[in-house]
Amino acid sequence: MLDTAVHTLSLCGATLVADCSGAIYWPAERTLLVADLHLEKGSSYAQSGTLLPPYDTRETLARLGSVIARWEPARVVALGDSFHGPGAADRIGADDLASLQALQKGRDWIWLAGNHDPAISARAGGHVADELEIAGLTLRHAPAEGEATHEIAGHLHPAAKLAMYGTTIRRPCFVGNGQRLVMPAFGAFTGGLNVLDPAFSALFPGGDIAVWMLGRARLYPVATRALSAD
Amino acid sequence: MRRADPVPALPPEFRAWFDRRGWQPRAHQLALLDKAAQRRSTLLIAPTGAGKTLAGFLPSLVSLSGLVPAKGQRGIHTLYISPLKALAADVHRNLLAPVEEMGLAIRVETRTGDTSTSRKARQRVRPPDMLLTTPEQVALLLSHADAPQLFAGLTTVVLDELHALAPTKRGDLLALDLARLAAIAPGHARIGLSATVARPSELRAYLEPQSGDGTIRLADLVIAEGGARPDMRILDTELPLPWAGHTTRYAVAEIYAAIKAHRLSLVFVNTRSQAELMFQELWRVNDDSLPIALHHGSLDAARRRKVEAAMAAGALKAVVCTSTLDLGIDWGDVDLVINVGAPKGASRLIQRVGRANHRLDEPSQALLVPSNRFEVLECRAAIDAAEAGDHDAVQYRKGALDVLAQHVWGTACAGPFVPDALYREVVSAAPYAGLERADFDRILEFVATGGYALRAYERYARLRPTGDGRLRLSHPRLAQQYRMNAGTIVEAPMIKIRLVGHASARRRPGKAAKLAGGRVLGELEEYFINQLSVGDTFAFAGHVLRFEGLQDTEAFVTRTSDPEPMIPSYEGGKFPLSTHLALRVRRMIADPGQWRALPEAVGEWLAIQAERSAIPDAGEVLIEVFPRGNRHFLVVYPFEGRLAHQTLGMLLTRRLDRLGARPLGFVVNDYALAIWGMVDMAEMERAGRLDLAELFAEDMLGDDLDAWLAESSLMKRTFRLCAVISGLIERRHPGKVKSGRQVTISSDLIYDVLRKHDPRHILLEAAWADAATGLLDIGRLGDFLARIKGRIRYQALTHVTPLAVPVLLEIGQELVYGGGVAEAILREAADDLVRDALQRGP
Repeated sequence: MLDTAVHTLSLCGATLVADCSGAIYWPAERTLLVADLHLEKGSSYAQSGTLLPPYDTRETLARLGSVIARWEPARVVALGDSFHGPGAADRIGADDLASLQALQKGRDWIWLAGNHDPAISARAGGHVADELEIAGLTLRHAPAEGEATHEIAGHLHPAAKLAMYGTTIRRPCFVGNGQRLVMPAFGAFTGGLNVLDPAFSALFPGGDIAVWMLGRARLYPVATRALSAD
Repeated sequence: MRRADPVPALPPEFRAWFDRRGWQPRAHQLALLDKAAQRRSTLLIAPTGAGKTLAGFLPSLVSLSGLVPAKGQRGIHTLYISPLKALAADVHRNLLAPVEEMGLAIRVETRTGDTSTSRKARQRVRPPDMLLTTPEQVALLLSHADAPQLFAGLTTVVLDELHALAPTKRGDLLALDLARLAAIAPGHARIGLSATVARPSELRAYLEPQSGDGTIRLADLVIAEGGARPDMRILDTELPLPWAGHTTRYAVAEIYAAIKAHRLSLVFVNTRSQAELMFQELWRVNDDSLPIALHHGSLDAARRRKVEAAMAAGALKAVVCTSTLDLGIDWGDVDLVINVGAPKGASRLIQRVGRANHRLDEPSQALLVPSNRFEVLECRAAIDAAEAGDHDAVQYRKGALDVLAQHVWGTACAGPFVPDALYREVVSAAPYAGLERADFDRILEFVATGGYALRAYERYARLRPTGDGRLRLSHPRLAQQYRMNAGTIVEAPMIKIRLVGHASARRRPGKAAKLAGGRVLGELEEYFINQLSVGDTFAFAGHVLRFEGLQDTEAFVTRTSDPEPMIPSYEGGKFPLSTHLALRVRRMIADPGQWRALPEAVGEWLAIQAERSAIPDAGEVLIEVFPRGNRHFLVVYPFEGRLAHQTLGMLLTRRLDRLGARPLGFVVNDYALAIWGMVDMAEMERAGRLDLAELFAEDMLGDDLDAWLAESSLMKRTFRLCAVISGLIERRHPGKVKSGRQVTISSDLIYDVLRKHDPRHILLEAAWADAATGLLDIGRLGDFLARIKGRIRYQALTHVTPLAVPVLLEIGQELVYGGGVAEAILREAADDLVRDALQRGP
């Protein structure tokens, strides 16, 4: 399984394992990273009259559960926008909350603050931080403006598009340049922003980026010249 | 046939008006007056040119002319509903003639998406006597609390082009709105206007409120006398007929000659890409610089208006068009209709032919130009059917549940309602006559709280009980939300096409910001644009264009001198072969006696087929297996239309894969389906490892279908439509303008989550039902599988056969990939990177 489902990448000397679910496992630190869970996005829409299915939280937690089972990390860091809007953590249903608590049990759990969830209710468990430094790498929600190194972030929901054989495929992806890495959004109801968008060129001047698209059971490194804009 | 004075009901000033125009009131016009006097709802079937519209309005004109202008408000007396806003405008112009010439004090106004907000508001306060509008506008009017006052005095509803409207989701919505109107104005009568159809009873039931007791009530029927028989012929060409393809390029010179010999020709084609191509080809041979124009639904509206005006002014010689000109607007004095490609249905052919010569007493002239050999058979069959007076039937339609959800929401916008009463009202609409109360309740629940098994949204409910048994909207904002999203026409996200100069386009990639301005040529589906790379060329708006890039929601193109576009086609208006016409084609093939009436090349082709393989009986299905190249082919000839064949192809390849035939791909056309694979299927059959009866057993519509559908992008597309129509996701949200491209949440993600966590949700059920009747054509496939049980004619051969050639030459092949197409493409893109890396070295 290891040789197909994952891809090893190196970031400023650290060896990271990118998982086809969109998570990163950092073996040396026994740490699992996920970005942009957007839990309770469904109920957030429901508040304003759009009754999206109320299953996004359980779906996202189920996916998170299987990655955790795969890597058995000692620590989980959620890189912000873990909750879709204020009050989201308080809206989580009892069943889903129990699943979350089961995942948190026996490991260190850190919620980084994001623009959707600057404050996180104690109901969510774990610890809360603005950003985190682990073994020389900075973990934060939104990537720092301009050039930066030693950084792993989320926020932008990177996605890449391939157009071939008269059809197109658009998938979430990891995007990085060896100095910094942007993770795909993990949540069940999260969309994506094309990596050819100017928001990314601002982070990676020179355009020298590597892109790994998420497949069903593995990651696919794809040449940037093969990608299409939206 | 002369009648003695038949006109007691026609008042003197109307008679005088007819006389002044030199017209005789026609029998069907008088019959409708009579029906109106009895307050009977009536379906009028009349050919083009029979004065159908005037017949529909005559009772109202007479009735209104006799009314003393009321002191207060009269309210809307007559509501006219058309599928096209352009048609409503056209009818408005035509109605003004009698009103003004007789000096009648009748106010006639239109209300469409183009009507200004202030005028719309005024119409609700001071309504006209006759309101000409579209189904969507009726739904919007009914969503206001003042609807009962507005429609209290309604006496007549006129439904134009009913045959086009009724069998669609728009027709479902309209049926529900008619039921609402019947509750507000119980005595009103409905007049349906329709082109000739095979089974008028479907439309008659549509017009009449149903009792819900299992019996079907029908409106009265008036059939206008037919006019002169159209003169239809197939292009008689010396040129060899192509084996396959749909370009009809071979006949361009002859089409051009026909155009030259007539006053004004309409050149009908079936898809927009064919229209573009035919237009290009005609201009290539247009040595006389004849004014030949192009008209199709993707062109910019202003450009279309220009063409229409030029037609009406007699400034054009020919217009190449798609079904956008099928429906009843008269734009000019057309004297020849050229139908390029197969007509696909006898009724469509008759309607198109009716565009020529809008005078009943002169025969319409039509020229049919088949684009390949199979289409010759189809053209012949369509002409035979038209001459025999055989029409395609309007299929009975079960009302869609997503439309019902929208209607329930709209009803709540107008005010609190009693669920029991609304249910009775809904089942009085013919498409919903069979709706179970339990399903109605599920839809109520869906509108209120989303209808999820996990009842998480009680506190966000959109409908709440009032305490006296009624339900009301929980927040006024929801009414605004409804009005911004009402309607059942969900457009595929469209991209504007802008033509810019070479200079501004070539300032090179990355610097895409230079792409701006330029003339708008029209709009194309996003998915078509998505597959283009910079530098690709395609035909649009009469030019071969080079794609320069995409900026926001606009695509920028330049002109190119390339004669041939690289990207062959984009979708638009593909009609499958009608069941009725298919049967005629099968019979024609089965009967060598009929081959003599066909062009020689076609007769010969069938004769060689009989020699090399077999000619199946009309009730049989022929299956041929033969090797070709290093592949093994299995070709089936169901004649059930492209959609049903596509579905059959998906299911057969799954089964063949399980049997070890290792299928690689398949291709379909309207007549046949060809599958190819790595393993010799004839050998498998001999060895007993492939049982054809089992392969084609009806149970493929069970688990195999479910398994395939769940994963298919087609199902996701269908789900998206249902999600939008039912109000699960919004097109627009108050305060935000959202284009199709920017939906904040993808319906695909919702579909996946719903399927996993709430597989019995009513919207999944609705989407499945839609896919089955629409894109999959399951009903037709099921009929086919039942029909051929024990009637398979199997031929194991060593060579490709004449009948198989056309389908094998068809473009648009579907490839079968092991782990799904998407994964295969990803893998290839990744391999490409690896190759690249190895070549460049470290």
